[in-house]
Amino acid sequence: MYKVLFAAIVANPVAARTQMGFSLGWHIIIACFGVGLPALIIFAEWRSQKTGDPVYRTLAKRWSKVLGVLFAVGAVSGTIVSFEMGSLWAGLMSNYGQVIGLPFAIEGFAFFIEAIFLGIYLYGWDKLPPKAHLLSGIPIIISGIAGTFFVVCANAWMNAPRGFSIVHGKIVGVNPWAAMFNPATGPETTHMILAAFMVTGFGLASCYAVAMLRGKRDRYIRLGLLIPLTMAVIMTPLEIGVGDWAAESVATLQPTKLAAMEGLSQTTKSAPLALFGYYSDGQLHDAITIPDGLSLLAKHNINATIQGLNSTSANDRPSDPLVTIVHLSFDIMVGIGFAFLALGVWMGWVWKRRHDIPKTWWFLRFVAVSGLAAAIAMECGWITTEVGRQPWIVYNVMKVAAAVNPERGIQYGYYSILTVYGLLTVVLIAVLRHLAQQPIVLEPTTKINDKGPET
Amino acid sequence: MTLADTLAGVIWLGVTFYALLGGADLGAGFWDLMAGNSQRGIKQRQLIERSIGPVWEANHVWLIFVLVTTWTCFPVLFGSVTSTLWIPFMLAALGIVARGSSFAFREAVTIIWQKRILGIVFGISAIFVPFFFGSMAGAIATGRVPVGVGMGNEITSWWNPVSIVTGLLAVSVCAYLAAVYLSAGAHRDGHTELIAQFRQRALLAGLLSGVLVIVGLVLIHHDTPLLAHGLAHRGLIFVIVSGMACLTTIGLLYLKYFAAARIAGVLTVTAILWGWGAAQYPYVLNTKLTIAQAATVPTVLRAVLLCLVIGAVFLVPSLVWLYTLFRHGNQVT
Repeated sequence: MYKVLFAAIVANPVAARTQMGFSLGWHIIIACFGVGLPALIIFAEWRSQKTGDPVYRTLAKRWSKVLGVLFAVGAVSGTIVSFEMGSLWAGLMSNYGQVIGLPFAIEGFAFFIEAIFLGIYLYGWDKLPPKAHLLSGIPIIISGIAGTFFVVCANAWMNAPRGFSIVHGKIVGVNPWAAMFNPATGPETTHMILAAFMVTGFGLASCYAVAMLRGKRDRYIRLGLLIPLTMAVIMTPLEIGVGDWAAESVATLQPTKLAAMEGLSQTTKSAPLALFGYYSDGQLHDAITIPDGLSLLAKHNINATIQGLNSTSANDRPSDPLVTIVHLSFDIMVGIGFAFLALGVWMGWVWKRRHDIPKTWWFLRFVAVSGLAAAIAMECGWITTEVGRQPWIVYNVMKVAAAVNPERGIQYGYYSILTVYGLLTVVLIAVLRHLAQQPIVLEPTTKINDKGPET
Repeated sequence: MTLADTLAGVIWLGVTFYALLGGADLGAGFWDLMAGNSQRGIKQRQLIERSIGPVWEANHVWLIFVLVTTWTCFPVLFGSVTSTLWIPFMLAALGIVARGSSFAFREAVTIIWQKRILGIVFGISAIFVPFFFGSMAGAIATGRVPVGVGMGNEITSWWNPVSIVTGLLAVSVCAYLAAVYLSAGAHRDGHTELIAQFRQRALLAGLLSGVLVIVGLVLIHHDTPLLAHGLAHRGLIFVIVSGMACLTTIGLLYLKYFAAARIAGVLTVTAILWGWGAAQYPYVLNTKLTIAQAATVPTVLRAVLLCLVIGAVFLVPSLVWLYTLFRHGNQVT
């Protein structure tokens, strides 16, 4: 019975790929808040000490409660991901763990510093002098950014594997530094770090936009909207610039992925940019095309030649349905990015004229959905880079099927992850709502100047 | 001592810290579950929350440290262990998720029935984690994990009498450590009633651990004579030290030397871990793979060692600040 049950398993790679995609996709959203939220909290606390305004202090304290919950959940959901490197991808790690382990090892230290100072900051409100407490938050911001950098280094290596060579099927000449600082590292890490700040900024601002739509307009709510939203709209043009850099890097390093992102079947000179549509029977259908757009975007030259999907053998490139997924994800991400840019321009223009946010319901509605949209855009970015690399786990070096753990029953691990995360999601949302519904009590704040506290 | 030996030693030190710090936090979860109904257990739970709240995340990172350094320096070892033992490994991971989130959620909510349910999840998952890690240790020590990706039996490798006993031993050792630390914490808070409760629990968990060690040794003697030989020779001194330290801890707790009792408690557990290490040295997968065979090339080992040294410069003072800040002035009002 037991043998029959296990004999019936479908391909391990599919179950493993889905489980990894799900648990990583879940973790990334939470992890973004771990990177972005400390900066907002420290800013609010700094303002409260500068101005003595109790609203800032209340914001900092309430946000740090949220951070306490999200950091715990992010720490443990990140742990699952590192366990899965073994339980799912033992084939990858037992061969290439030595090549790409270094950034993970350094990330371990970043995580240590982050966890230590988070403990100090969250539990130290009444134990430390105000200035020391404020300063204890700085290492959280730095190590959060550093941690993102090191983890994404490892992902960049999967896209642009360097730092080793293969001679007669054996991995030789391992250079972990070259692996870590591979050509994809720069654009990919920067793109993700900025994305983390955008997801946090829009995510948090959207909560206050909902409150304003419900008629709450006091100073607390307005500042709660304004601080994170300002951070997010400042990051947006930077992120679009870095996105251009990332696309150019993909064009050079992974031409097949770029072709999938655009659903480009044949190698084309002055290739058009294709919006939406779907890819089947070896070509893109129902897309809106912009002449020369792709050549201009990817190579910054309207006469440039772009490699098509057909230049790669069918076994070494994503299948047609996957091309559709990659193409649509890319378009959605870029579309949301430009919508955010428009939001930022609108807000900036109104702010310049009357020192206030736009006084229309449409602005608040826009902000109210921006949090969800930012998370979707980020997930679409990950889908683009991960699905666009299929069937490779390490681009042009190792396929997903060769990396997976061959033991029986992998799919049951996936089902249990789904169940636990389903419950976790429901409870997490309930707890966050509970925190949001706590009555707002403004605490008296001490203004700190150079001579010491004054009342 | 080779470079590979040095890194194996550093990783084992990481395992020791995880057991002593992360393990104690898990043990505290066990006592939280046993603290009784919401009224009776409130004082104990408050002490537990105060003790582990600020530090559990940092303590948990030792586990991540061990994982990432192992897969970088000893990739074949990592791949062999995690593929064959993927089931307990994944169950431990799920336990970690449930433990961490339920603890954080419980601090955030205010309604009693919600706190109660989250507390139950916290306690049960805190038993899960050491059990499955312990059973993995049993599988490795008794040579049930072959070299290579997915080469071993995914069930019997960790679900067998020895592994079950090592799993239970891990749970009991965590509970023992937690009870010793919590008695000391209660003493610092000047809470006489709690001191008595946790002292008694340290005694119980210490006795239970002793019994499990003896049962384990008898099973190992029949199951894996080579490991038994290692424990009886190179590991013997550690086994003796561990037993003595455990008895000393209980004695010191009754004599109210709490700081000394903590040190003796730490020694008990450290000796168990290093005794196991000594017994199977130089093998990392017992009888199948040595440290030298599992280690990657020296370039990588040197790079990791360099990063560990630089990282330690940041880590050590930060950890010291964290622990000193939350050790003093936790007075119960």
